[in-house]
Amino acid sequence: MSFGVYQALYIVAAGLFILALKWMSAPATSRRGVISGEVGMLLAVVATLLRHEVVNYEWIAAGLIIGSAIGVPLAMLMPMTHVPQRTAISQACGALASALIGTAEYYRLKPHGFIMGALAIEMLLGFLTTTASVMAFGKLHEMLPSRPITFKGQNIVNLGLLGVAVAIAVVLVIHPEYSYLFPIFVALALIFGVLMIIPIGGADMPTVIALLNSYAGLSACSMGFALDNKLLIIAGALDGSSGFILSIIMCRAMNRSFTNVLFGGFGQIQKSVAGQEARPVRSATAEEAAGILSDARTVVIIPGYGMAVAQAQHKIRELHDLLTKRGIDVRFAIHPVAGRMPGHMNVLLAEADVPYDKLIEMEDINSEMGLTDVTLIVGANDIVNPAAQNDSGSPIAGMPILDAYKSRTVMVIKRGMSPGFAGIDNELYYMDKTLMLFGDAKAFLASLVKEISANHD
Amino acid sequence: MNYEFGFYVFMLAAFLGFELIRKVSPLLHTPLMSLTNAIASISVVGAILISGEKDATTLSRVLGFVAVVSATTNLVSGYLITDRMLKMFKKRGPAKK
Repeated sequence: MSFGVYQALYIVAAGLFILALKWMSAPATSRRGVISGEVGMLLAVVATLLRHEVVNYEWIAAGLIIGSAIGVPLAMLMPMTHVPQRTAISQACGALASALIGTAEYYRLKPHGFIMGALAIEMLLGFLTTTASVMAFGKLHEMLPSRPITFKGQNIVNLGLLGVAVAIAVVLVIHPEYSYLFPIFVALALIFGVLMIIPIGGADMPTVIALLNSYAGLSACSMGFALDNKLLIIAGALDGSSGFILSIIMCRAMNRSFTNVLFGGFGQIQKSVAGQEARPVRSATAEEAAGILSDARTVVIIPGYGMAVAQAQHKIRELHDLLTKRGIDVRFAIHPVAGRMPGHMNVLLAEADVPYDKLIEMEDINSEMGLTDVTLIVGANDIVNPAAQNDSGSPIAGMPILDAYKSRTVMVIKRGMSPGFAGIDNELYYMDKTLMLFGDAKAFLASLVKEISANHD
Repeated sequence: MNYEFGFYVFMLAAFLGFELIRKVSPLLHTPLMSLTNAIASISVVGAILISGEKDATTLSRVLGFVAVVSATTNLVSGYLITDRMLKMFKKRGPAKK
């Protein structure tokens, strides 16, 4: 094998990808990481264009231009609350590319043995990730119901379908010339992607998005084996391991296993809840809540997906600024699975100009919750539900929670008394120290801000 | 071809990935996902090879072209939005005493 310019560029590109991930570890160096990744990708594209096999440039140029024309608005015009959707749809594009390349390679070479095996894995993961990501997009964008849809024998049907797809792939590896089987294989992979997402509910999306991210990477990695391209293997493996480790972190933050997330149909409304009588809660007006907040010395704000839905992050920052100016210590407690993708809350609060040293992780803030005067919960439910610790029969038993119940006063901004994603009642709402602030998160925060700046200055 | 070598590369890269990702602060998990998502669009390399080939059939030309479009979409939007997000992370807010 001769060693030319493009191989050298590929090695540099691989190194830059590794540096990109290394620099991503801290906010101070993270933008350098993105630049490193961009340069790496540019080198990889240029190196590929220089290869002597590539002679026909019109289609490539057209593809690069059209892709950029779609990609730029997709990135620049998307509101930050829609980042999970964007990630899902972008992932679908990447996976589709990988799957189509596999298809083209199959029809071109009809390869035997190892290469066909690698192509089969590439296409299986690529096609199923494509439809699964599109479905995830639909659920996140609320074009599809975000509650899980389950039916009897669902897991058997799904696994059976996957089993048949794998079996066909094995036949194709042994007899690549049976090309009539190929469309069936593709169709099964596409259908499996759809079926895989149907039973998954909105709050499990962080895990699933991360897992699909991993699949897309592994698909690119298999392509690397099929094309004997080490750069693809390295970049694909980096992405594969990244997605995998993130989904493990998400599972751990919910005290659930992979199998439970993928096959559990979690988050259906529990029948038992409906039978209970309405229990009394204490509620408060914006005026009363404003008074309590301005008299506090330490305040912890716990945001959840409801904050994103209500677009309340800017009002939260106003409240934070106002209280901070009065000498009150305000911090944010971030649960790892709050929102619809890993780290979702941090991005939204950063968008609203909340300094990131105020965003505290669960393990670090829980020990201080007992010393907190007021905890303000905005659009979060299951992640502060004490049932996770006290009720071993609860669906969320054992899930690590933010210990909001330990603080002196708890305030919950909520539309009504409907249960959270897990469909279970929250003991926290009925505690004596809890005040329910009923209303739209954004509107309620606005009136809090108004009350505090008008009456408590 | 040297498949064995490929597996060594895969193993080392996967371990390196695990070690690097574990060090990333949860603060940055969303931009991290966008970034790795963009890096996975390295499949654009394969797409270019397919569509730039000399004697490609119409089928592989079309498949390659669609692959270039979608990989580029993923690549461009992934990097741009990662940078857009990271620009927002500031240590001190502007409205401070």
